Amino acid sequence: MDKIYAHPGSLRNTTTHYCPGCGHGIAHKLVCQVIDELAIRESVIAIAPVGCAVLAYDYWDFDCTEAAHGRALAVATAIKRVRPQNIVFTYQGDGDLAAIGTNETIHAANRGENLTVIFINNAVYGMTGGQMAPTTLAGQKTATTPLGRDVKIQGYPLKISELLTQLPGVCYVERVSLQSPTEIIKAKKAIKLAFENQINKAGFSLVEVLSPCPTYWGLSPVKSMAWIKDVMSKEFPLGRIK
Amino acid sequence: MAKITIDKEKCKGCFLCVGVCPKARIKAEKTLNKKGVNPVTFEDKGDCLGCSFCAIICPDCCIEVYK
Amino acid sequence: MTGNEAIAEAAIRAGCGFYAGYPITPQNELTAYMAKNMPENNRVFIQAESELAAINMVFGASAAGVRAMTSSSSPGISLKQEGISYLAGAELPAVIVNIMRGGPGLGNIAPSQSDYFQATKGGGHGDYHSIVLSPSSVEEAYGLMFDAFDLADKYRNPVMILGDGMLGQMMEPLSLKPGKVIHYPKPWALIGCQGRPANIIRSLLLKDGALEELNLKLQKKYKAAQEKEQRWEEQFTDDAEIIVVAYGGMARIIKSVIRQFRQKNKKVGLIRPISLWPFPVKAFAKQTRKKVKYLVVEMSYGQMVEDVKLAVNCSRPVEFFGRAGGAIPAEGEIIAAIKKLEK
Repeated sequence: MDKIYAHPGSLRNTTTHYCPGCGHGIAHKLVCQVIDELAIRESVIAIAPVGCAVLAYDYWDFDCTEAAHGRALAVATAIKRVRPQNIVFTYQGDGDLAAIGTNETIHAANRGENLTVIFINNAVYGMTGGQMAPTTLAGQKTATTPLGRDVKIQGYPLKISELLTQLPGVCYVERVSLQSPTEIIKAKKAIKLAFENQINKAGFSLVEVLSPCPTYWGLSPVKSMAWIKDVMSKEFPLGRIK
Repeated sequence: MAKITIDKEKCKGCFLCVGVCPKARIKAEKTLNKKGVNPVTFEDKGDCLGCSFCAIICPDCCIEVYK
Repeated sequence: MTGNEAIAEAAIRAGCGFYAGYPITPQNELTAYMAKNMPENNRVFIQAESELAAINMVFGASAAGVRAMTSSSSPGISLKQEGISYLAGAELPAVIVNIMRGGPGLGNIAPSQSDYFQATKGGGHGDYHSIVLSPSSVEEAYGLMFDAFDLADKYRNPVMILGDGMLGQMMEPLSLKPGKVIHYPKPWALIGCQGRPANIIRSLLLKDGALEELNLKLQKKYKAAQEKEQRWEEQFTDDAEIIVVAYGGMARIIKSVIRQFRQKNKKVGLIRPISLWPFPVKAFAKQTRKKVKYLVVEMSYGQMVEDVKLAVNCSRPVEFFGRAGGAIPAEGEIIAAIKKLEK
């Protein structure tokens, strides 16, 4: 018998700090599988965010730096400009990319930086205890919207991916989901394309990944996946946006 | 003919694999692992398809698939 | 050349490979010079979307092993403090130029020295220091840029050039001498993990005792810098009964005042700290004569004076005169302050 599904070589064989059923583990694995398939591990430079995935560099076996909260794309911009021969990507959550780092996100995209962005949208701040994120759904209860997000007071879920499509510097934007094995396979294809675009010097590519946070959604891992399918992906439709 | 292996000590017991197995061959184990959770176990009845759905959805990379 | 342009030219000659900045007066000539000359020398120039982005771009370029710098003026430097703290925590070299203006708040664009505390006492969060160098002429600013890049690499630490609007805008002749450029090996840099284990650049240390360990390492580094990197200029200190202490542009006015006193055979001298951190305490330790009194003159309401008091350990009188908010202490005012001490 041949091993047809193996642990990716560029993912360290260790137990992560993520909660049971957390989507970060799946997303990390997809990134590592793509890096292995493209054989780019030795030229990759990753930028880890602030948030639950801050310790990503403890799990990824390639060069990695942290960045201050929201600043990953400023850090990535400089790394790619001084080392264009390397493959540079950021891995950021919704608070990092679409709240505190909105400015860096929009301007890196607008400059058409030849970067790959993996954007994890789980509609909540995980690391700090489940507060409202820019992507929290209307009515969704969080630590800071105990009665549910009231769009009249807290505004609407921010669709940063759609906003970015307006910018000429942006090459590729797709929204994918981790809700099922078939959607995960699609997510991997999108992530691969986002890296291939960089290899082909095509410009700014972003993959938004709808990812479960069972702990702060107050749902079991299995029900969290169903919630992405039945609720979250209605607000954040899946598919290629640009 | 296919089969899977599960790293039971890494398993966090999220059971995402349980629901996606088309043959329902993955079950919760009664004994706890060192993490204090019930890991999953593979009941090999010789009909594993090798579809890898369980491995694909496992957030903790506990499952490898052979075919 | 203006001070701003001399700083930029020196940076290029010192091997600065990356510059990111954001417009703010009175340092815009520096950014403009870099915009033109960095690409011509095959270096990277980026006009960032904010000061936050600029300092974090410097973080990225430095993480990739390239000599990197940014420049700004007081309000912009406040915004950069987050990044400077991260640079210090991740032990990344960087050069930050602050051409100070009047504050607090938006303040004005006149020369000032009110950012001394921010520059020398940390500025951002956490137990860290930037090495801070203060030029008082265009020529010195040019020379100190080479030292700044060197110290940054040597100590893997942010280095700040603390100038003021006067220095930035002032035009003076200078000889563009080649400066010292040492290439430090950077095995920690992120260039891809070919042939070695993956490198990680981080300042988040959650494991028991790990953050204390980093802090102790930083403190050891700071102690070494305090021993080796104190710099100052002194004039007429051998017999001086009154020593005026001033740095940067302020010291130029003091020099002219001291000449007037010396012409009348009055024993007035000068200590001009060049390294503001590490503060040149050795310059004060040398002054063992009992009669010495100090007058600290600043374009602030008294910041460096605290370090002078610590340096003399309250064993000598230390008086202060300063004006700020864009006001510059005038010669007459300084003369009056010295005369008051003579009594």
